Amino acid sequence: MKQPVLIKKGAEANLYLADWHGRKAVLKKRLPKEYRPKFLDEQIRVYRTIHEPQLMHEAKKAGVPTPVIFLVDHKNTTIVMEYVEGKQVKQLLNEVSESQRQSLCFGIGEMIGRLHEYGIVHGDLTTSNLIQRSEGKVFFLDFGLGDKTKELEARGVDLHLMKRALQSTHYEFADECFGSAIEGYSSVLKSETTGNVLHKIKEIERRGRYVAERKEKD
Amino acid sequence: MTNRKAKERYCLGIESSADDFGVGISTFDGKILANAIDAYVPPEGGIHPREAARHHAEVASEVLDAAFAESGVEPRNLSVIAFTQGPGLGPCLRTGATVARALASHLKIPLVRINHCVAHVEIGKLETGTKNPLTLYVSGGNTIVAAFDAGRYRIFGETLDIALGNCLDVFAREVGLHQKPSLPFGAVVEKLAQTGKQLMKLPYTVKGMDVSLSGLLTAAVALSKKGECKLEDVCYSLQETAFSMLTEVTERALAHTGRDEVLLTGGVAANKRLQSMIKSVAREHTARFDVVPTRFAIDNGAMIAWTGVLAYTHGAVTAIEKSQVRLRWRLEEAEIPWMQ
Repeated sequence: MKQPVLIKKGAEANLYLADWHGRKAVLKKRLPKEYRPKFLDEQIRVYRTIHEPQLMHEAKKAGVPTPVIFLVDHKNTTIVMEYVEGKQVKQLLNEVSESQRQSLCFGIGEMIGRLHEYGIVHGDLTTSNLIQRSEGKVFFLDFGLGDKTKELEARGVDLHLMKRALQSTHYEFADECFGSAIEGYSSVLKSETTGNVLHKIKEIERRGRYVAERKEKD
Repeated sequence: MTNRKAKERYCLGIESSADDFGVGISTFDGKILANAIDAYVPPEGGIHPREAARHHAEVASEVLDAAFAESGVEPRNLSVIAFTQGPGLGPCLRTGATVARALASHLKIPLVRINHCVAHVEIGKLETGTKNPLTLYVSGGNTIVAAFDAGRYRIFGETLDIALGNCLDVFAREVGLHQKPSLPFGAVVEKLAQTGKQLMKLPYTVKGMDVSLSGLLTAAVALSKKGECKLEDVCYSLQETAFSMLTEVTERALAHTGRDEVLLTGGVAANKRLQSMIKSVAREHTARFDVVPTRFAIDNGAMIAWTGVLAYTHGAVTAIEKSQVRLRWRLEEAEIPWMQ
């Protein structure tokens, strides 16, 4: 492997551009965090290094595009995976027309629906973790905080986090995007399930401190 | 009592959202002249809102007097009165708001409503000289990672259930620790944690940029009550786990927003261990790290006074009939016309 070039210094891991036997690859290395105790730090990094590729593999079975895994090295907390050529949805949302935005979000909602139906929650659904390739396929990245579960609570939190991420980063059209995503989501899951998840999201929001909506129940 | 300069203008701020009743006085150019506080310490258990409110009503005039004495400002020299409109405990907020309304109408000067969370960020910026930081605001009632964008402080991460300060307080109470006015629960736990060595396994729950602390609290209390390990070790493990979670989400928000300043504010900001962790991630992302001085970390009137100056000088005035307290006024809902 050629000397990898740092392409992104993330919060959790450094991403390097690498060459994997002639294929363009990303090397994701979870580096030790000096701030937390060594024991806790190793536990977290090793767990996520093993867990993430498993979930990416499961996601593919659910019909959701994720990068191909080339190598998992849990001793060095490193994953080597396919480099997905494309644009971050974070950028795209600001560049495309309203109708394109809606169909993009609808498609993302469908994919989340597939993940949830299959029993996976992503755990970090921000628009920087979604990459659209030129032919239109949206790839899901960063499953490090994900989980294998069909619990309503986990599904609700997953979508709640997505809504919150949209509100902080794309506040101009957060509601519109989330609405389209939910339409896509409900086109995959049974309407009863979608209803329950939406109800759960409301409940999670009310749990938050100082949310005006809680007043209705007081 | 010193005589203040003739042309100087002043804002008096009243804070009463929880257990502290505070009065601060700030000049319009950001000099804090007074920061008087009287804390309500419950004989046992947590803060009972009505009891705390009664305390606030009892000490209000003394604390006001102390602020005037400390600053050398006379009531007639004030230009504006600011008060915490929310978020917080209803009876406590109402007591402070009543005092503020009475003062403003008696002195015939304008009243300005302030969001408590905004004030914690603004006093941090004023005292540390940061301009546009990513802020971790941790206190008894709030746990928020926020940064300014397009007119508001946007929330990137927060707790999904209880606040960090609340988690530490309840833990301390449940395991039978006691606090004193000079040594609040957070400081008691911090002190014990310093001699803890063994890290126990406790739930570490990070979801996106949010954290969940209630499961951690339950597990830490249960672990302590089992009596198989030293209390020092449980305090240490609780702090290490909770702070690591908070530091992880702060780092996520830092990488996401690409800010070059990190500000730690709110009551729990006084914790040295938390400071060192946040400092470490700031350094890693070549961002400057600042922490609000302890006297402005806890709830205080000075932060309300200073934020009152910012709001008032940018056109904000609150009519008495629109000054009802707002118990659940989210940080993100408050407009910030003085930024940009």
